[in-house]
Amino acid sequence: MDRHNIIIQLEHIEFSYPNGRSVLKDLDFKLKSAQKIGLIGHNGSGKSTFLQIMVGLIKASSGTIRIFGEPVKNEKDFRKVRKEIGLVFQNADDQLFSPTVLEDVSFGLLNQGKSAEEARNISLKLFEDLDLKGFEDRVTYKLSGGEKRLVALATVLVMEPKVLLLDEPFSGLDEATRERIIQILSHLNISYIIVSHEYDSLAQTTTDICSMKNGRITFDGDSSALHSHFHKHPGGIIQHKHNR
Amino acid sequence: MISEFFINDTFFIQRLDPRLRIVFATAYSFAVALFAHLQTLITALLISCMMLVMAGVNFRVLAKRLLAFNSLVLLLWLVLPITFSGEALYYIGPFTITREGVLFSAQITLKSNAIMLAFIALIATTPVSVIGHALEKLFIPQKIVHILLLTYRYVFVIEQEYQRLIRAIKTRGFIPKTNIHTYKTYAYLMGMIFIRSVDRAQRVYQAMICRGFEGKFHSMDLFALKRQDYICLPFMTTTIIGLEVLEWIVTI
Repeated sequence: MDRHNIIIQLEHIEFSYPNGRSVLKDLDFKLKSAQKIGLIGHNGSGKSTFLQIMVGLIKASSGTIRIFGEPVKNEKDFRKVRKEIGLVFQNADDQLFSPTVLEDVSFGLLNQGKSAEEARNISLKLFEDLDLKGFEDRVTYKLSGGEKRLVALATVLVMEPKVLLLDEPFSGLDEATRERIIQILSHLNISYIIVSHEYDSLAQTTTDICSMKNGRITFDGDSSALHSHFHKHPGGIIQHKHNR
Repeated sequence: MISEFFINDTFFIQRLDPRLRIVFATAYSFAVALFAHLQTLITALLISCMMLVMAGVNFRVLAKRLLAFNSLVLLLWLVLPITFSGEALYYIGPFTITREGVLFSAQITLKSNAIMLAFIALIATTPVSVIGHALEKLFIPQKIVHILLLTYRYVFVIEQEYQRLIRAIKTRGFIPKTNIHTYKTYAYLMGMIFIRSVDRAQRVYQAMICRGFEGKFHSMDLFALKRQDYICLPFMTTTIIGLEVLEWIVTI
């Protein structure tokens, strides 16, 4: 019965950089429906690579990827996958390329074949839901860092993905914007994976914590145990608060 | 920084359909560029000024732009009158100022200013994104339009990256001098900006692919000619024809 619940399954994934450095070694990973995973790991441990492999931006050297039980191998398969899995990039400037916010948020909808009118309405509705009303005509490059991050999240959410992959969504944000992103994420009822170093934010947004070490992902327990867990990390030395 | 200073759509011209403005500005520029008589050119300059008033352009910013532009024209005035052969007007030392040279310089000045002002009134008052989509609707190849739009979007990001690098080298005590170290530093700086731009282009493309991009852009803007556009169209046509007629009358 467990099998039907698995959304993403990676088996024996291997990946090395062109210079020969091996990043992912015999990596196994499962994401079940309604599971919200926080992924931690050192810089350069391959977390972003892992996310990119799942949507086919990078090809694994070997191993199998199954999404909703179906094996995905080539670009054609991944195109279908990308309609279901939304990836939010670390740097919002990479994500927002259109002149105005409305155009950027509509971009994915238009690619899905929606009409301009539909795309506009869906986007405006989302702005309302995310408390981004009035943003539609703002010019993307003139947004503040935090606003860019919120809009970048909106550009992916608007496509109603079944799974969300977020690469460092909390880094470099002020308290208020971080709180807003946490609020948005905790109200979503889809599965997601968050790559982050911010243990407090992960504790509030995820159900399970995994860590990446030596090219593999290990399950570290559920997020409520994050407290006892993360003092093993250097981050525990820094003073911080817990909301739980 | 590139800024869109002139946008303020409470003014009549700025509410016209951007496609109409682009077509008219282009036709007008070609017409003006081909006129030879000062009478016609002065009329054209006056028409351009009228358009500026209708567009509600900020005159202080405009003056700055015109100053920058006309300093280039000034260079022509320094060179053309003494290098053109023709009827002599004055002698300054070894140089002869010719009538033809002066006339030619005046022509260029009037033409370029008339075209420049018309473009500021009609085109600079439109956001670049709208120009892009209007060009697309005017059957300009999609690729060219997207180069325009993406350049416009990322020129700022690249500028920021440049500023960051400049700050980084300044804080480490870099002072440009005429030596190899300086040239090398600037070369590294340029190289780094190129590399980062390529990397960024790749990431932007990946982000687009993730949102289902398959090589085709879909436009959001729905342009529709309104009543004011239909009213303006005959005026615009008449202006160009009128100028052509004037040029023809002056010729005979």
